[in-house]
Amino acid sequence: MNLVFSLLSGLIFGLGLIVSGMTNPAKVLGFLDLSGLWDPSLTLVLIGAIAVGLVAFTVVKKRSVSLLGLPVHLPTAKQIDRRLIAGGVTFGVGWGLAGICPGPALVLVGSGDSQGLIFVGAMLAGMGIFELLERRKS
Amino acid sequence: MHSTVEVIVTIDWNNFTPLTALSGGILIGLAAAIFALFNGRIAGISGIIGGLFRPKAGGTTWQVAFIIGLLVAPWLFQAVAPMPDVRIDAGTGTLILAGLLVGVGTRYGAGCTSGHGVCGLSRLSPRSVVATVCFMLAGFVTVFVIRHLLA
Repeated sequence: MNLVFSLLSGLIFGLGLIVSGMTNPAKVLGFLDLSGLWDPSLTLVLIGAIAVGLVAFTVVKKRSVSLLGLPVHLPTAKQIDRRLIAGGVTFGVGWGLAGICPGPALVLVGSGDSQGLIFVGAMLAGMGIFELLERRKS
Repeated sequence: MHSTVEVIVTIDWNNFTPLTALSGGILIGLAAAIFALFNGRIAGISGIIGGLFRPKAGGTTWQVAFIIGLLVAPWLFQAVAPMPDVRIDAGTGTLILAGLLVGVGTRYGAGCTSGHGVCGLSRLSPRSVVATVCFMLAGFVTVFVIRHLLA
């Protein structure tokens, strides 16, 4: 049953990205280009998503099991450290270079976009590099 | 004393799509809500993809199911309406560099636009607020440098 809801969540998430226009990198870059002609659409995407998310997470935070009886896994990390900041900045630079973040990247691959495929290949390589560095450290 | 209000940003009214942006956003929120309520998990795409690199005892089937959902979304959408335009100006080299940075950065920062931006802000997580400010600012600065300093 949890797989059905995983699939459904991914599907609705993807549809939301397409409807919102966020699968078009040019539109995302229009938002990130503050000093050019600014397209504020992404702001409304976040407002819409957070409005629904706020309600849901208010409920989920109070529960230890999900509606399917699964354990609730919410992040427990609290520390604001160099990893968080450096990671966020690194991601932001990559996001600004191409206008693509992980969700829209997968939707682009699903629609058969070859540039999306190149991006996802590199993104997976980047995640692999992270894993190698982490494993070497421990 | 009166002073003229300086216009800091110029809104691109021709490309601003408030209705579809808001309704798409609500769908994204709904997806995150379903995933949290039923599966008890955060719909953070980079974390879900990253989870494939660290198979746990429970397996990675739920990650795969979520990713399949994202991959087939455009097929379902196309059955109902034409896909919106996609324009990628970045060349192959830039795409590879961008992908690498997004891959490494989202794993070090433990999240991307979905995990920190949508779910984290919805949870009112201070960590996610900091991460979101970091990647937004870095995105703004990067585009400024590329489009207005280097161009």
